[in-house]
Amino acid sequence: MAQPVHDPSRHSYYVGDALYQELIADFEVVRRDDPTVQDLVERDMFRGLVEREARLLDRLQFKEWLQLYADECLYWVPSTPNGGDPRREIAVMFDDRRRLEDRVFRLATGFAWSQAPSSRTVRMVSNVEVFASENPDQRLVRSNFLIHEFWDDETRALAGWAGHRFRKFDGVWRISAKQVNLLVCDQCIRNPSIIL
Amino acid sequence: MTQMERVEALRPRNFGASYDWDELVQEDRVHHLLYTDAAIFDAEMRHIFGGTWVYLAHESQIPNVDDYVTAKLGLRPLIMTRDSDGIIRALYNRCTHRGTTLCRFEKGNKRSFQCPYHGWNFLNNGKLRGVPWAEGYGENLTRDPKFNLAQVPRVESYRGFIFGTLNASAPPIGEHLGPIRKPIDEWLDRNPGGKVVVCEANRIKYKGNWKLAYDNSGDGYHVLYSHRSLLETENRFVDENTEKGMSYYRTAPDEQPMYMQYMGNGHHFKDKRPNLQPRNGGLWAIESLHPGMEHVEQKLRRQFGDRADALLDLAGSEPVNINVFPNLSLLGNHIQVFQPVSFEETDTIWYGTRIEDVDGTIGADALNDINTLRMRTQEGFPNFGEVDDVTNFEQIQRGLRCQEDEWIYMNRGLGIPGRIHTLEDGTIKAPATDEMFMREYIKEWKRLMKAEPQLTIRREP
Repeated sequence: MAQPVHDPSRHSYYVGDALYQELIADFEVVRRDDPTVQDLVERDMFRGLVEREARLLDRLQFKEWLQLYADECLYWVPSTPNGGDPRREIAVMFDDRRRLEDRVFRLATGFAWSQAPSSRTVRMVSNVEVFASENPDQRLVRSNFLIHEFWDDETRALAGWAGHRFRKFDGVWRISAKQVNLLVCDQCIRNPSIIL
Repeated sequence: MTQMERVEALRPRNFGASYDWDELVQEDRVHHLLYTDAAIFDAEMRHIFGGTWVYLAHESQIPNVDDYVTAKLGLRPLIMTRDSDGIIRALYNRCTHRGTTLCRFEKGNKRSFQCPYHGWNFLNNGKLRGVPWAEGYGENLTRDPKFNLAQVPRVESYRGFIFGTLNASAPPIGEHLGPIRKPIDEWLDRNPGGKVVVCEANRIKYKGNWKLAYDNSGDGYHVLYSHRSLLETENRFVDENTEKGMSYYRTAPDEQPMYMQYMGNGHHFKDKRPNLQPRNGGLWAIESLHPGMEHVEQKLRRQFGDRADALLDLAGSEPVNINVFPNLSLLGNHIQVFQPVSFEETDTIWYGTRIEDVDGTIGADALNDINTLRMRTQEGFPNFGEVDDVTNFEQIQRGLRCQEDEWIYMNRGLGIPGRIHTLEDGTIKAPATDEMFMREYIKEWKRLMKAEPQLTIRREP
């Protein structure tokens, strides 16, 4: 995979219609019932990456977390259970690299009242399935998640499933896109301010 | 006696006289009971969410015959239908047999609704079509209007916004909206054909009274503090030559050209547009950073030249807060709806809007780019701003548990000479951070709570 021309932390030239089309098509793959990679070593490797992401988010280690992501990445929380089309519909969240860094920056200002104090979370990840792509340097990984979040006198459970699109850069698998499918994606959610 | 009067007769008498409203709502402050008393909330569901016009849905959510979307009037579950004759109705989502909700889906297209409990079947105009084993009833139920679904008796649209009220003596919706129609018109008319289409939503719940959101809807005083993390994030690149977002609040906001205007009947308007450079692209210039914005801007400038600025403004977030009492707020490109759940719980639904290429001069490709970018600009504030506001609303609700500390103040600007001006049309203008609109809308709230509204429902004959 090639390096970007523009610094995606600073400018957003890479988020265009072709990217959206590819994104929608790729996340259709993880809705299929036939995970195509049965190799246990490979599956365990991706399971480890998804678990590592969960651990870094639980630990609020956002800089390390961002390093798991490709330079030109996407983070998408649809507002409908079927994913929908983010070109025509509002998403709960739809971030490029710069906006993900905005999220992290905001939390660090000390003035993000919705996370002062921060939520405490533990994330469980399971049911990891791996799908191959035509591109040998790309895999789609589907996993279920259960996040217990303690914030302001309440412990709640946020459940759903995630799709991770991994791509290999210089021999390293990084997250090029993540789709988080919350069970309650189309419902009113109290304080939706943690990174999922 | 109307049906509603019969219901009222079953309640403790004279609710309006049971509270000392003039003690609870004063010129400069209100009592915490307005936010913490379950009985007042219950009365609001009749006197406010019933007694005056309430926003129910947008026509673009039910564009075709037989489309429906579920909605609420206060706590009453509704099915908003465009019936088989094309008439928009607000049906009570309540079977006339045993009270079961008929429709549990958010939206769809149906000519009739069959009750999942005993199978009574209703047309989408509310008429009972048939019941299983009808011979078990001595009469033909479908001929008795009392078995037709109840519906909101007054349903009227203003340019796509559908309102309803149970108050038979309410003025027509246009008259009720009055001067707030002008900013609504301008908000619509900046889009091609003066139209927008609703397209999904950001949805946020908070544990607090619904009025906390309405109090906040025109509040220019909170911006710098409640949204400090947002302002710092939007302006984190010091090499940007324009300050982004709501940076105009940072220094002396009351000396900026933006203003607050009270429009009567509880409606009010915060106009921040005068802060912009008065040119096409003036809005785009302060738009904060969103996914894909450089890509789309580059494309549109290549394709459209000078016209690109005006097109980019369509993806930008219109700097107005148009607040229609009690539950509608047009801000940025959102249609925000406040939905009360209980005296201490509220849902806020931020419906997104997209535009259409009404005259065919934009083209499918550019329209797609503009709308895509418009989705991303709309996601910004709920994610980085609203979450902090609703946290503060929740913490107000918690603070108000200190029962003996009775008052909440809204006295900013009150009595300061030269600060507040009543215009010829009766609207009232004040600086951006003034709490004048809170003092004015709560007078309307008090008037409605004191009144004994003649609430009715209607059934097809």
